[in-house]
Amino acid sequence: MAPVATTFFFYLLAGLTLVSGILVITQKNAVHSALALIFGLLSQAGLYLMLYAPFVAGVQIILYAGGIMVLFLFVIMLVNLERSQKEDQFNQQWLVGLLAAVALGGLFVAVYMKGKDLFPEQIAQPAENSNTQQIAVMLYGQYMFAFEIASLLLLVAIIGAVVMAKKRI
Amino acid sequence: MAPITTLHYLVVAAALFVLGVIGVLTRRNVVIVLMSIELILNAVNLNLVAFSRIWGLHGQIFAIFVITDAAAEAAVGLGILIAFFRNKETINVDEVDLMKW
Repeated sequence: MAPVATTFFFYLLAGLTLVSGILVITQKNAVHSALALIFGLLSQAGLYLMLYAPFVAGVQIILYAGGIMVLFLFVIMLVNLERSQKEDQFNQQWLVGLLAAVALGGLFVAVYMKGKDLFPEQIAQPAENSNTQQIAVMLYGQYMFAFEIASLLLLVAIIGAVVMAKKRI
Repeated sequence: MAPITTLHYLVVAAALFVLGVIGVLTRRNVVIVLMSIELILNAVNLNLVAFSRIWGLHGQIFAIFVITDAAAEAAVGLGILIAFFRNKETINVDEVDLMKW
């Protein structure tokens, strides 16, 4: 199916992503930050859909916005301090932050200005109706070992999280 | 209007990455620092998926692995945060200066 109003939706979703990113790092209340991050993740899933990646978009919504952010909200509620909201929310490193932002931004601008001709003009439209199938074939074929390592990583993370958060083992 | 190229997506991802770096460097709340790390990982994911439109599905596979990593990182990081909060009653990054009590 041919995409409709690609330009409009790209700018809309990109704008929503960036605005919610700014909200994440400026909000005083951590819950507001988390809600802004959920909103940003959802609009980023829209960007994935525009890039013909429906499976990654689904994983983004289910795992990121549904799983990881619930974990974040639980921990915010566990460690919520009335006192911490009255304190200064930013440390004294705004100069370092500004420098890092300017340096990284300059680097990105330089690289993209230099390399923008390297991208192919015409992009073949990928098949979106078999996207999940192709990803599954690659994941269980070519990337089998990495897949198993990822499952081991998740097991280690579960054990690590339980050991860290438990009072007495 | 001009068509949306891969470069457009890369610029959005770069802006998101810089936002995440600023958040990591300037915020004091550990939870928001972890959320800024999630922003950085998302910027990387957007890059990978944008490139996968040109060079095949490998980028999307990598994006899925990055999401797995983000889940593991968030679980362990928040576990450490709970252990830290139990001992010091604060969640400021500045106060994290002990490995053992």
